[in-house]
Amino acid sequence: MLSLQSLSKTYADGTRALEAIDLAVPNAEIVALIGGSGCGKTTLLRLVAGLDRPSAGRIALDGEPITGPHPGVGLVFQEPRLLPWLDVAANVGFGVSDLPRRERAERVAHALERVGLAEHAGRWPRELSGGQQQRVSIARAFVANPRVLLLDEPFSALDAFTRKDLHRHLLALWEEVRPTVLIVTHDVSEAVALADRAIVMRPKPGRLDESVALPLRRPRDPAAPASEAATRTILGALDRSLRPRDAARTPELAGGSSF
Amino acid sequence: MSGPTVLLTDAAPAKAASTRRSALLGGGGRALLGLLLPLLLAGAWEIAVASGFATGRLLPPPSRIGAALWSLAASGELWTHVAATLIRVGLGFAFGAGAGILFGALTATLPPLRWLLDPSLQALRAVPSLAWVPLFILWFGILETPKVALIAVGVFFPVYVGVAGAIASVDRKLVEVGRIFRLSPLALARRILLPAVLPATLTALRTGLGLGFLFVVAAELMGASEGLGYLLVDGQQFSKPDQILAAIISFAVVGKLADTALVTLTSPLVRWQDTARETL
Ligand SMILES: Nc1ncnc2c1ncn2[C@@H]1O[C@H](COP(=O)(O)OP(=O)(O)O)[C@@H](O)[C@H]1O
Ligand SMILES: [Mg+2]
Repeated sequence: MLSLQSLSKTYADGTRALEAIDLAVPNAEIVALIGGSGCGKTTLLRLVAGLDRPSAGRIALDGEPITGPHPGVGLVFQEPRLLPWLDVAANVGFGVSDLPRRERAERVAHALERVGLAEHAGRWPRELSGGQQQRVSIARAFVANPRVLLLDEPFSALDAFTRKDLHRHLLALWEEVRPTVLIVTHDVSEAVALADRAIVMRPKPGRLDESVALPLRRPRDPAAPASEAATRTILGALDRSLRPRDAARTPELAGGSSF
Repeated sequence: MSGPTVLLTDAAPAKAASTRRSALLGGGGRALLGLLLPLLLAGAWEIAVASGFATGRLLPPPSRIGAALWSLAASGELWTHVAATLIRVGLGFAFGAGAGILFGALTATLPPLRWLLDPSLQALRAVPSLAWVPLFILWFGILETPKVALIAVGVFFPVYVGVAGAIASVDRKLVEVGRIFRLSPLALARRILLPAVLPATLTALRTGLGLGFLFVVAAELMGASEGLGYLLVDGQQFSKPDQILAAIISFAVVGKLADTALVTLTSPLVRWQDTARETL
């Protein structure tokens, strides 16, 4: 269980990026965070990853407080952030350098196979396309077997075909390790394709707004009526999140809505 | 449907021919073309002197320069001078580059030290290095110390600026990758900072080495009993332009060889970058 309790972040310049975030994510759940830019999505992931410290509130993973980068928490950045001086295999193995060489090589090879890059193990990052680079960075996060995997708009720079392909790879890896996943996206169809729950965020200060449960079977068909209904529900929630707070009804996170 | 097919078969051999042509010019062909002009000029001058159109007293023809080089080399004199020059450059480079890397790394990573030292170093950098010569002679006499000191000063500044700049511009995003995987400060320095600053550092070292050769000439011109610079002065005093040109050619060859050695020795470290350059 990943739990955030009245989590707030105010930056040094006074920007209230997040205010009083409460969220509990059971193990192996996939949660999509949706919202326009400036909602504090990146800030939220950076706090959970331990890269920044919250101004108030606490984060705990299975009861253990998170106060800095944690071995159980992996992060895939918005950009691939591969190390250009390491080949693909070494990039994937970057976070598990303390493993014995044999086991490390096996895990790297397995992860590369999972993301469909087995034949590119010896290449330099700059010889890969953007989609391939992002697959390497996802493999790098998975190789460390995280209990919580955070993904910050990992596919936003990619075309629709590549994105769909990566959804497939991501779900395949998830099936294997079954980590808790927090994925930030501004693409509603991405949330419907991947998540068990979508949470809409609103800005200034960043807060969690409505939550939509997505109890759809996998693999999911984006054209199925259930997916289309879910998409409409999330779009409606997004719409309401853009209205001034007191004018709209305020269904707090607690109950959440299903569709 | 047949139109485009015919076009294609027509185009294919033409394309192959053009790639063949550019391959020829791209490899040895281009190098030969670059040699053409100097060889032509040298040949023309040789003929002009040989046929009496010019005396070649102030600018000796290639054959006389070659003969001067040959006799210097055969007597072993040339190697003494080359060795003396190389030792000076080597020592000056070692001291200057060592200090440059040390100070660059310290000021870039420790802000208080940067605020303390960098303004003074930048002020010193504004002084043309040759202006130190009289002072160095007063301080250190005229033997090896002032020469090595001058070369070291010349090497220090580009290396200092290059290393400090490289460290300051390390991508914070890559550092965060190291933090996510909980690298210790030492591991972070070794696995992220060091490889990230290596290319710029090597470029700075190369610039430094080039300046080392620039300043060894100045140092040897200020008085030396051996070294390629000594050959220059000696050639001027005894009016031996062939010896001067032989020394200049030796400088060029030795400098180029030293640069090539530095690049060759360090290129495995930045192999990942070279592939990028190839594809540009
Ligand atoms: N390092 C920072 N310093 C000051 N303000 C920041 C910083 N990072 C983000 N912000 C501000 O915090 C708010 C939320 O940013 P962010 O978490 O990046 O949003 P999102 O990822 O949803 O687009 C924005 O208003 C942004 O300008
Ligand atoms: Mg963001």
